[in-house]
Amino acid sequence: MGLLNFFRGKKENTAKLAKERLQIIIAHERAQNRPSHEFLPKLEKELLDVIRRYVQIADDAVKVKLDRDGDVDVLELNIVLPDQVAKE
Amino acid sequence: MSKILVVTSGKGGVGKTTTSASIATGLALRGHKVAVIDFDVGLRNLDLIMGVERRVVYDFVNVVQGEANLTQALIKDKRIENLFVLAASQTKDKDALTEEGVKKVLDGLKSDGFDYIVCDSPAGIEKGAQLAMYFADEAIVVSNPEVSSVRDADRMLGLLASKSHRAVNNMPSIKQHLLVTRYSPARAEIGEMMSIEDMMEILAVPLLGVIPESPAVLNASNSGQPVILDQESDAGQAYADAIARLLGEERPLRFLTVNKKGFFSRLFGN
Repeated sequence: MGLLNFFRGKKENTAKLAKERLQIIIAHERAQNRPSHEFLPKLEKELLDVIRRYVQIADDAVKVKLDRDGDVDVLELNIVLPDQVAKE
Repeated sequence: MSKILVVTSGKGGVGKTTTSASIATGLALRGHKVAVIDFDVGLRNLDLIMGVERRVVYDFVNVVQGEANLTQALIKDKRIENLFVLAASQTKDKDALTEEGVKKVLDGLKSDGFDYIVCDSPAGIEKGAQLAMYFADEAIVVSNPEVSSVRDADRMLGLLASKSHRAVNNMPSIKQHLLVTRYSPARAEIGEMMSIEDMMEILAVPLLGVIPESPAVLNASNSGQPVILDQESDAGQAYADAIARLLGEERPLRFLTVNKKGFFSRLFGN
């Protein structure tokens, strides 16, 4: 095969391969190591405190989730109010 | 105003110490007062590259632990005015460095009127590397055009943006620079090595310089002379260009293309 490539004048471009592999693994690792995830527990706690000034809610009533949709970060908030308040 | 620079990479053997020595020397050649600190406790090497290995009496850890003061531990370079080396300890273990201890030494250097403090980071992302970058104002991330080195460089860039003193205290972020070392234009041209464009596209950090693969680097380390002092050499000139850019000057990139040898130079060598 080496001989064949020699006569074709064609060479495998390993630099291109390196770049493609790096782009995939780095995108993956950046998503995992993103520092923005670190503030989520604190945000959750503070939201809980603010809401409790007005409504008494359970400790696990606030759920915060950060997702990635293509190039956009999506912050999802899910707050469960107790039944009585919801009826009023 | 003192500026703290960290030279880091994640991966070992890419040229951090070579770069620290040349950056510190280059800044001193430009008239700045510079200290260069080896953070690789237990594996001291900057002293050799700077050619001061026989003059180490006290080291970084001695100062941190109060066994010597800065004036005693700083080794004055004999070639260049205003250049000082602070060696790493060869005997102590890596836990000898603490955040408070490092801060004390850096503050001492600042009040001694140093313009630049260059921190030569150990490889890895453990404590020594974290402390080397923690107080930095600017970071030079060194990478070879090779997959594992680029991946580790990206990881370091992430840590600089999240785990440094500036990041933790919501201050303006560390200014990041990419320095590519051991670049071989001939191999990049035939697709055997990632090009500078490839690396910049992946890492997305401003380019401080490109140091070509060069025999001058080993010659320099053999003789304990930072390679930037060899201004005949391509690597020495490339480091001088990087210093100019670090100081805000515009310099075109050099040594990125293959020198086509003519028929006669092929025949007679050189």
